[in-house]
Amino acid sequence: MSGVRLLVGTRKGAFVLTADGRRTKWSVDGPHFPGWEIYHVKGSPADPDRLYASQSSGWFGQLIQRSDDGGKSWEAVGNEFTYEGEAGTHQWYDGTPHPWEFKRVWHLEPSPGDPDTVWAGVEDAALFRSTDGGTTWQELSGLRGHGSGPSWAPGAGGMCLHTILPDPVDSARMFIAISAAGAFRTDDGGETWKPINRGLRSEHIPDPEAEVGHCVHRLAMHPSRPEVLFMQKHWDVMRTDDAGDNWREVSGNLPTDFGFAIDVHAHEPDTVYVVPIKSDAEHFPLDGKLRVYRSRTGGEEWEPLTKGLPQSDCYVNVLRDAMSVDTLDACGIYFGTTGGQVYASADAGDSWTTVVRDLPAVLSVEAQTLP
Amino acid sequence: MIRVVLPRPLCAVAGAERELVLEVAEPVTQRTVLDALEARYPTLRGTIRDHVTKERRPFVRFFACARDLSHEPPDTPLPEQVVHGDEPFLVVGATAGG
Repeated sequence: MSGVRLLVGTRKGAFVLTADGRRTKWSVDGPHFPGWEIYHVKGSPADPDRLYASQSSGWFGQLIQRSDDGGKSWEAVGNEFTYEGEAGTHQWYDGTPHPWEFKRVWHLEPSPGDPDTVWAGVEDAALFRSTDGGTTWQELSGLRGHGSGPSWAPGAGGMCLHTILPDPVDSARMFIAISAAGAFRTDDGGETWKPINRGLRSEHIPDPEAEVGHCVHRLAMHPSRPEVLFMQKHWDVMRTDDAGDNWREVSGNLPTDFGFAIDVHAHEPDTVYVVPIKSDAEHFPLDGKLRVYRSRTGGEEWEPLTKGLPQSDCYVNVLRDAMSVDTLDACGIYFGTTGGQVYASADAGDSWTTVVRDLPAVLSVEAQTLP
Repeated sequence: MIRVVLPRPLCAVAGAERELVLEVAEPVTQRTVLDALEARYPTLRGTIRDHVTKERRPFVRFFACARDLSHEPPDTPLPEQVVHGDEPFLVVGATAGG
């Protein structure tokens, strides 16, 4: 019988949660790397037992861990992330130039076709690639070398490259997003990049045509339709139908359009999920009610999904990498909270159960569908 | 032989006990001890000092013989008691973060 494995990164370690295809009974394995911040764990689409984990600490820096047995055992691989050439400067919070400094890996994106190829999105924002299973890393410096680089500035969480979406149809195309520079696209395998932020409106940017500076929180794509992207921006849920050349707002009837996480149903390209958060000053759900919102129309029209989720006194956050879907027939959707809960729905969001409720603050959740 | 004590979080990374014994060619300095440590446990590279500049990470401290050696130049000879293995060279994660 098929099954699901959830790879959960938290402030104090990683956890591997597994269930069979019914997704009713879960086993919890962990913590792996106890005490360390695990920003992200993700499996290779080409080999589900090949996992990569980003392990970091303010004391001892960055490590990358690799597993070849689905998370039962791990091996520390390469952790040298050196910017290509002169590192240069970006803009600091006060507008002054600040040297580019590597801090951590936010997101690991294994290649769709090769278990040994994996991209890493890092803070200060840059994109690295390994083609030897994480042993060595090379920067794709055309991104940071884009002319706008010196004007990029950090968001409140740091200047992080947090989203990496390889185009499943065109292997030369990839989308990435940076807080708070915006979204970028390459059409030549990462050699050159263009900002794709036309149509975004941000209160703190007076110029409506600004090429960069937008605080993009997360991008999501359905693999069957890679030219359509959904974005949870700092404020606003956005959509593009032309691979980012133009964006339009699809927040519609959401009660608040601030948030971090966004994802797309595995089998319905126009079914989108977000978790509205009250505001950038109050990082918790509106009215203390934890509600996932689902649109079946590609945005604009949203419905709250509440069955099984706390509807009073809930003041957690759901971070940008902390939502994921499986690919079983009845699409499963999962998310983790800063309160340490992981919630699962085996019916596309209609109802929810608590997989585990007292983990450290959850930073990331990735679902793997197992044969 | 030089005795080195690792902070607990790095023991798991290295797959090592807290206290290690290393053979270090003279002169015995912070740099040569850390070179030997990283050669024997490559997964520790980048966790104690920067990969490229070899500068100590800000929240890592070095102690020996009840002295804080963190701000000593890396090529300064370590105390004789460390060189003779009577006292360990301590790598310590700073108390920080509340």
